Amino acid sequence: MKRRVVITGLGAVTPLGNSISETWEGICRGKSGIAGITKFDCTLFETRIAGELKGFDPTRYVNRKEVRRLDDFIIYALAASEMALADAGLTIGAAEAERTGVIIGSAIGGLATMEKEKEAISLGGPRKMSPFAIPSVLANLAAGHVSIRSGAKGPINCSVTACASGTCSIGDAGRIIAGGHADCMIAGGADAAVTPMCVAGFNAMRAISKRNDEPEKASRPFDRDRDGFVIGEGSGVVILESLPHAMERGARIYGEIAGYGNTSDAFHMAAPPDGHEGAARCMQAAIGDAGMTAAGIDYINAHGTATQMNDAFETEAIKTVFGQHARTLAVSSTKSMTGHLLGAAGAVEAIFCLKAIGEGVLPPTINLDYPDPDCDLDYVPHRARKRAIRTAMSNTFGFGGVNAVLIFKKFEE
Amino acid sequence: MTLEEKVIAVIIEQLDVTREECSIEASFIDDLGADSLDLVELIMEMEEIFNVQIADNELEKIRTIGNVLDYLKSKGVVWNE
Repeated sequence: MKRRVVITGLGAVTPLGNSISETWEGICRGKSGIAGITKFDCTLFETRIAGELKGFDPTRYVNRKEVRRLDDFIIYALAASEMALADAGLTIGAAEAERTGVIIGSAIGGLATMEKEKEAISLGGPRKMSPFAIPSVLANLAAGHVSIRSGAKGPINCSVTACASGTCSIGDAGRIIAGGHADCMIAGGADAAVTPMCVAGFNAMRAISKRNDEPEKASRPFDRDRDGFVIGEGSGVVILESLPHAMERGARIYGEIAGYGNTSDAFHMAAPPDGHEGAARCMQAAIGDAGMTAAGIDYINAHGTATQMNDAFETEAIKTVFGQHARTLAVSSTKSMTGHLLGAAGAVEAIFCLKAIGEGVLPPTINLDYPDPDCDLDYVPHRARKRAIRTAMSNTFGFGGVNAVLIFKKFEE
Repeated sequence: MTLEEKVIAVIIEQLDVTREECSIEASFIDDLGADSLDLVELIMEMEEIFNVQIADNELEKIRTIGNVLDYLKSKGVVWNE
């Protein structure tokens, strides 16, 4: 018998704000978090825009020494985790330590550190390499530092499944609790990849928008004039608990994990197969895991990257899975506002699903000015919509053919 | 700035400690909260600033601020800035 798993704490730093409240307010107002790149000199780059954090003060979360020795993706994860733990009112004492675990995913890990250290070697030779380089580059070190900081001594892992990392982290963490291997999990994703290699690399793949003169309009999922995604950075973290654990301590419950699906395309390193067959199977797997029917889903937070291929293929997959119901359910892409937070995307989008359920507000898809004829669902264009919903599905798909889908539902005893 | 003042300024910056903590006898690990990786980074910074190369076997002898000063002086390092 699987144990029920609920979400009791949320934390995030995103291009829309350095807290959950600021970020959610931006979402409700349909604000764009995209602007010119400030993290490096991008003069020579085809793409010069990104979703960077704004006014984030790392010394609120780590000391000056750690600011120097930790890659930003680790600091973002520490910030989001601290917020989520405080939000949940969870203190991890001796009794809970071994029953509390951490899974923080990251698509790219400490890429900025890797680039900086490679330059140090190139200019000064191998002796110029920092002793902190390796532990800053490794993707699992976000989870490692969150564990060290919080005292969680249970299961620890790191999903490295590209843009599905955040979703896989929460999905796997939910299964660890459902299977009885832990009572609480700190789970989410973090990435800080607004770096020369990342921008130039995605440019080389023709994957990211070059709408440099209109940053706020650059991320336009499902729009006819979309020209790729916009790289974002940040972290989202949630606190998962077994229902009895949450009830016993009288925790506030944001919602319940109803189902999780995870499939592989077994097709191509970056492109989806026709009809996004793997994504469709993944949505079906999550619906099956939830013991629901497709008609029970009220809202989908789409992967919706704003690449030509993703948006059309994802729309087709949604139609395959939902049939007539695809015409009545609401679908939106919050990446239109946050940009694509890569390994953090699934985590912040899970948070948006929980907020949508809790607040009765559907996030909009902004910049949907000229709907693509191939993308003909209700994408909640331009403005957030007040609507009470009971269930929300979060889609994420990553390079390597990874598909991961979570379903959240309103908590009812 | 004397050699001693410069060394202490680097230590304050690298280890995020206060001037008051930096007595000549202060041990990096026991008194200044450094771990072995902090020490490696600190020595790299000293090598860069004072243009010396500190061999790994000599590294083991450097435990306090005084050890660093003695080592630099033994290599003929002078500092006036």
